[in-house]
Order: sequence, then structure tokens, then C-alpha cells
Amino acid sequence: METCLPIQHAAPSEPTAGTPFAWPLPFQKSKRVERQRVNSVPNETADQVAMTAPETSVEALNAMLLAVAVGQDRAAFRGLFDHFAPRLKAFVRRQGTDPQMAEEVVQETMVKVWHKAGQFDPAKASAATWVFTIARNMRIDHLRKANRPEPDYNDPAFVPDAEPGAVDRISRDQEAGRLHAALTVLPEEQQAVLRLAFFEDKAHAEIAEELGIPLGTVKSRIRLAFKRVRSEIGEIR
Amino acid sequence: MTITHHPSEELLLDYATGALGEAWSLAVATHLALCPVCRQTVTEMEAIGAGLMARLETEPVADDAFTDVLERIDAPLAPPAPAPAPPPVRAAGTKPLLPQPLRDYVGGDVAHLNWQRLGLGAYQKLIPTAGGSTARLLRIPAGQPVPEHGHRGLELTLVLDGAFSDQTGYYGAGDFQEADDNLQHQPHAAPDTDCICLAVTEAPLKFKDLSVRLVQPLLGI
Repeated sequence: METCLPIQHAAPSEPTAGTPFAWPLPFQKSKRVERQRVNSVPNETADQVAMTAPETSVEALNAMLLAVAVGQDRAAFRGLFDHFAPRLKAFVRRQGTDPQMAEEVVQETMVKVWHKAGQFDPAKASAATWVFTIARNMRIDHLRKANRPEPDYNDPAFVPDAEPGAVDRISRDQEAGRLHAALTVLPEEQQAVLRLAFFEDKAHAEIAEELGIPLGTVKSRIRLAFKRVRSEIGEIR
Repeated sequence: MTITHHPSEELLLDYATGALGEAWSLAVATHLALCPVCRQTVTEMEAIGAGLMARLETEPVADDAFTDVLERIDAPLAPPAPAPAPPPVRAAGTKPLLPQPLRDYVGGDVAHLNWQRLGLGAYQKLIPTAGGSTARLLRIPAGQPVPEHGHRGLELTLVLDGAFSDQTGYYGAGDFQEADDNLQHQPHAAPDTDCICLAVTEAPLKFKDLSVRLVQPLLGI
């Protein structure tokens, strides 16, 4: 399945492409080299990619988004666009959306990223997660024409988080790296269930139907996957 | 607010992926407004979604896509629709009892609602949502029982004020109960304060008592 492939990186034909994806963990890097060996791709390539994938990538995306928020920085926005647009398109296409409609949803999502950038808070989520939630909402809004009620952080009745300590604040970026590592080693059957959930917004019961497995199995796979990912993230909390 | 009963991981995940219908999302979102713990869980789930998205094989966008996006950004924004008058809250300076997004859905805070009498001192306020499920605000008088009922589907109950208890435990403000077909329960509102809760049902409840069953169609529950 194509999603088992190793990570994506900026296409060589796009020298101006934004920041390549970050794989900050040495563990991740060695995993990648191993895979490349299996596919008999020269090791130099793997090493090169690993080296050119700077550890600051997640931070760089956050910085770009903050630059858009604070200074309406168009160069930074270009960087965000080059990074996210092709991923958003792949994400939207997974719903079975035709290419033209997908293009439209991607563009609208990026317009929304520009206008809502001021609401981005790197202490709450990484730029990638924030953009993902905008794309998800756009999909619900645009393709399913439904409402998705959300809490309002400015509501006086809203119960705020306990003030995060300095450790929590700096751990968000590390968290993203850990998360990618955890997803890479997740068993395929667990990944498949998560993909159906996130890419096709299928509820548990629909996933069970689609895969022809009992609902209990779907639940336990998701629970296991989630537990595993959380424990990876949890180590740095 | 000490919350001890949270939505299940399944429900939070369905909310995070966007799979949940409007009425159920309303219950989850209102709980999230009150519960930093579950908000953290949902953010982690969303991060998983973002991580999966990052692993997809990218698809190139149209050559002029970025130019198009810039044009849209530079286009004057459509004048925003006149904002509806904010629903009245309890009183200036005091915290509303109903958090958003629920307050907008019911059209104001508790004191301003047009409650519909259910009998035995209980009231409800139906909340319009899309899809087959029903959302309603319930007000059960302090110390009184809700008629014993089972479920033909899932019932979500989020306590907003006061408390109730049944054989599964004690539910105070912010607590979230998921009851399914298997639970036949008789919740009792705790003494002192009326229990106000948001209830979402997948199908009409099955009341045990025949007399309640007979009036059920009239009450719309």
C-alpha cells in the first residue's frame, strides 16, 4: 500500500520548495536508511536526504506560520504553501474528491490559513496539526455541508488549561517528531484503521463495515494504536 | 470543576476525525469547553491525523494555484454578515452557566430559555441539529428521579449544573455519560440544585413505566 512508503520529501525539481519534513530522531534516520537499503537505493542518497532534512523543520513551519500571523509575510506563506498544498491535495483526494474540487478545497484551505493565522498558538499544537484541523473543517463544511460545533476559547464559561510550564511549551516540536516515529512503526492493520478514520472521516461502525471486521476489533486496534502513539509522545512530557 | 466521567476515546476520535454528527459533536464540544484533559486528547488525535497526512504521497497542485490563492487573499473580503445580537448571558460580569457552543445553539443562557414542561417538575428545551439524533437540554428538579428508562441506541448526557446519580455513579457539572442499549437506569437529580444537562439521543428512549410510554409521543422524548 502506498502509505507504507517511507516519508515524503521535497521534490528535487522544486528548489524553492518549503522546508522538507523533519525527522529529528536518530532512530528515524536509521530506519530510513534500512528501508532504502532494502530497495537497493544508494546509501548516499538516504544519508543526503537525512542530512538535508534539518531538525528545525517542524519549528521552521511554526515560525513561518507565526511570520504570516504577525507580519503577513508572503515569503513565509509561500513556504507554507509549497509544503502543505501538495499534502492537502493528497488528503482531500483521499475522500474520492475529483481533482478540480480538490484543488478548490486546497486553495480555500490555504486562504483560510492566511486569514486565521493569528489564531495559531504553537503552545497548543504544531503548525502541521493546526493546518490539518483547518483542512478537516473545510472538508466537513465544503464536501459534507455540515456543522461542526467547537468550543470557543474566548467564552467566559470556557475552562482554560492549567498554565503550561516551560517544559510543555518547548516539547510541542519534539512531540511532532516523536509522533512521526511512532506512526512509522505502527502495525499496518492499525495504520489502516486510522487512515480510514482520518482520511475518509469514517466512524468506528463504518470502518468495521468497510473492513468486514467486528466493531470490537476496530475499537481495540484504534485503542492500541492510540496508546502506543501516546506513550511515545508521553515520554517527553 | 472536577470532572471524573469523560467521553470515551471512540467518541473523541470520531469528533477529531470529523465523523461525528452535529448533535453528538455538540455534546462533545461542550464537554471540551469544560475539560482541558479531553481537549489535550483531541489535540493529540488531531496530531495523529496531521502525521498521517504527512505520510501520504503528495499530489502536485496546479501551476497557478499559489497565484490564485494570493489573488483571493488580496480580494476585498465580503462584508461579514451582520452578527446576530449576542444571546443574553446571566448578567454582566458573571460567568454564563452554559458554555459555547451550546449557548448559541439554545439561544442564550439558562435563565433566558423558553423551557417546555415535561411534567413532574421537569423541563426540556429541544435543540435543532441536523441528522437523525436529538439534542435537548433537560432540567430535572433537585432530588427528583428521571423516569426509569432504557435505550434503543446511544444516549449522551453532559451535566451542566447540579448533579445526578444512577447505579453507574455520580455525575456532577462537566461529567459526561454514555449509555447504550444495555443500560436500564433511573437517574436521580442530586438534592439542593436542579440538574441541568444536555442529552443527546440516537433514538427515542424506552421508558419502563407504561403511563410514561403513553405520553412519550406528546413529550417528544
